[in-house]
Amino acid sequence: MAAVILSATGISKSFGGLCAVDGVDFALEAGEIHALIGPNGAGKTTFVSLLSGRITPDRGQITLGGEEITRLPAHQRVREGIAYTFQITSIYPGLSVFDNVALAAQAHGAKDLHAAVQAALQRVNMADLAAQQAATLSYGHQRLLEVAMGLALKPRVLILDEPTQGLASGEIAGFVALVRSLVPETTVLLIEHNMDVVMDLAQRITVLNHGQVLARGTATEIRANRAVQAAYLGVEDAEG
Amino acid sequence: MAFGPYLLLALMEGLVKAAVLALTAVGLSLVFGVMRVVNVAHGAFFMLGAVLAYTVAQYIPGPAALGWLAALVIAPMIVAAIAAAADTLVLKRLNYDPEATIVATIGLLYILEQAALSFFGPDARPVEAPFTLRLQLPWFGFSGYKLFVILAAIAILLAVWWFMTRTRAGLVMRATQVDRQTARAFGIDVDRVYAGVFALGAALAAIAAVLLVPISQSHYLMGGDPLLLSFIVVIIGGLGSLRGTVVAALIIGISDGVISMFYSPTLAKIIATAAVAMVLVFRPQGLFGARA
Amino acid sequence: MKSVALHLGVLVLLVVAQFLLPSYHANNLSRILVLAVFAMGYNIAFGYSGLLSLGHALLFAAGMYGAGMLVHHAGTAALLALLIGTLAGGIMATLVGLLALRTAGVSFMIVTLMFAQVGFLTILYFNGVTGGDEGIALTAPERQFIGLDLTQDAPRFWVALVLFVIALAANLALVRSRFGRVMLAMRENEERSRMLGFNPYVVKLQILVISGLFSGAAGAAYALLFGYIGGSFASVQYSILPMLYVLLGGAATVLGPLLGAGLMFYLIDFASGLTSAYLMVVGAALVALVLFAPKGILGTIRERWLPWLP
Ligand SMILES: Nc1ncnc2c1ncn2[C@@H]1O[C@H](COP(=O)(O)OP(=O)(O)OP(=O)(O)O)[C@@H](O)[C@H]1O
Ligand SMILES: [Mg+2]
Repeated sequence: MAAVILSATGISKSFGGLCAVDGVDFALEAGEIHALIGPNGAGKTTFVSLLSGRITPDRGQITLGGEEITRLPAHQRVREGIAYTFQITSIYPGLSVFDNVALAAQAHGAKDLHAAVQAALQRVNMADLAAQQAATLSYGHQRLLEVAMGLALKPRVLILDEPTQGLASGEIAGFVALVRSLVPETTVLLIEHNMDVVMDLAQRITVLNHGQVLARGTATEIRANRAVQAAYLGVEDAEG
Repeated sequence: MAFGPYLLLALMEGLVKAAVLALTAVGLSLVFGVMRVVNVAHGAFFMLGAVLAYTVAQYIPGPAALGWLAALVIAPMIVAAIAAAADTLVLKRLNYDPEATIVATIGLLYILEQAALSFFGPDARPVEAPFTLRLQLPWFGFSGYKLFVILAAIAILLAVWWFMTRTRAGLVMRATQVDRQTARAFGIDVDRVYAGVFALGAALAAIAAVLLVPISQSHYLMGGDPLLLSFIVVIIGGLGSLRGTVVAALIIGISDGVISMFYSPTLAKIIATAAVAMVLVFRPQGLFGARA
Repeated sequence: MKSVALHLGVLVLLVVAQFLLPSYHANNLSRILVLAVFAMGYNIAFGYSGLLSLGHALLFAAGMYGAGMLVHHAGTAALLALLIGTLAGGIMATLVGLLALRTAGVSFMIVTLMFAQVGFLTILYFNGVTGGDEGIALTAPERQFIGLDLTQDAPRFWVALVLFVIALAANLALVRSRFGRVMLAMRENEERSRMLGFNPYVVKLQILVISGLFSGAAGAAYALLFGYIGGSFASVQYSILPMLYVLLGGAATVLGPLLGAGLMFYLIDFASGLTSAYLMVVGAALVALVLFAPKGILGTIRERWLPWLP
């Protein structure tokens, strides 16, 4: 078994009366693609926000590479190698694509900014858009830009919060190939509603429901899991 | 005069200040609470009320009380109209963007002050009190009009409270405060509500000013102090909370009255301003925390 | 390249103007240059980084009083006083920033306004040393700047111009640097910047300190060049003016502060010849700018025609 790079133990977070994340234990193994799934409002975004430090937990512990980071502020966790792409696209709309990615590259301490930016943009096939203002990009390109910013950080762990939301189906194939090419140098934690993408990419899957871990295992195991079918896939089918 | 009676006098003067301040600050608080607009021109509306009170009183013949009463009705109405116009012509078109509205209301402040200077001149002018009853206490005499100011302020604050909680218009305002989008979805004309709230806030400042001018005098630069003090009150009371605002006005008004009786008013202002800045930095929800 | 040529061109124009213009206007030009440096400092915080302060008068006053009181009370050499005044602006910005940057948005505006008000009232309160409302006129011997007599028009202009050139170069270098990009990032999306590993509090503090150094330098130079320090320079009005210059000239443009300061200076100068209520022009300009030209003159030009304008 590979080494655990990022782990959470008994982690909880409440908003007012609502317990959005409720005593979750979780371990991310170095080099894997791990999918986090669950119905809307299950607490997925809240959970990864706890991992990335955007919000602080009420209880529980988080470790990165064996060191406790529970109280570390978000910006320092990024410097330690946890990158996060927002579920709701968060870029610098007024700046050029180049500047957007350059900010990530220089935060990581890149010596040759142009080379670093070009490399990141090439991976998402946007090298020719470097001069364009980010606000004028299509929605799909804005999502990819955010992924490129994550890549330019050269993180140890890349957390992607519903990255394919809003991508055209043609773009999704390219995106799947991109994510696959990141491992094993980078470990990927992927929140995703698109089951094809999940089954295609993830070595392991964790299912959240009502802030608790409902099931975990390989794609086949999850597919066969009754509880998951009832709580999640059933809902998904009924909707679809 | 012995210390005891001197303190009593200071307290009574402080209470008068608190009364005027509460009215002014509630206007500011209302505008911030419902519209999320920090109105830097609030002091200018106060000043406008005072200056107009003088002007109206000039034109009304007969006893002083008549002129003052006319001013009490007319000055706030004119100020409210100006405020409503400013809201519709400027603030609304800025989409109530918080920073842009602050810049715009600073501009409005300059415009109103300078307009008052042009039409009214640079001199301070008194307005005659509507009556000159004097209360003789064992140690000192106290103006009956000042007592009246306190009572009038209480009555008006009660009326505002009744208006906000018991009338349909007040309900609509509070609904808009809670959620602008939903209010619009329920068919509330948010634009009109905003114009109304802005006018009401300005009118309260103007009423406070009309109450004050027989004691203080009117001058085109007189808006600075009420603005600063109202800010202090609104912040300490918790931004947007009416009950907190009134309590804070009492504390600030009375302590301002007492402190400036014993110490230099400049020093009092320095301490008060610094303290309030610290409250905003360390307890942004205000000292009382409660949201009304 | 284009932008270097543009800025050199502007400097040449300024020098030529100094020789051609009659003394009254040449003197105004010196004043505009110093105010432009102040506005540049404001622009670094507000225009580039989105920190809308209403308390920059305090930073200007820190420089002005830092330098002015040193030459007046302690007989310090003017050059040293200018440097210390500059530092004073930076130190004051640090103090204000450490506290005020715990807040954001509207609260930040109010807190900075109040700190500046505290500074203003403090100057009035200690009128024994500060001269209070009336201020202090600096004497001719106190205004000898490395052999230059600042009571004379020509040396005064050259010192103002050199200060402006240094500020302009520093401003250009700053906005083209990596840190300049981080400044824009703060304005555009603070949360994203945090999640790229920047500490917003520290970055904003750094920005404010740089802004304070510019403002302090301007305040110190103003005291020495025009020989007067007074409480009114610490009043709210002097927090509003740089904002106005920047809004008019164009926020987040390097030359906007100069353009805005020049235009506004002459607009006020012109209006005060007509009416005592000349501040109405300031008010009307503020309202008109936020309503109709929130990007200012150069901001609009950049958007429409010259995207390379720094
Ligand atoms: N800042 C917050 N304040 C209050 N409640 C919140 C906050 N953030 C999330 N919640 C609530 O916590 C629960 C979990 O939300 P979360 O965004 O983590 O779900 P999610 O699994 O990411 O859902 P989705 O698939 O829709 O993105 C939801 O009920 C949400 O309303
Ligand atoms: Mg989510």
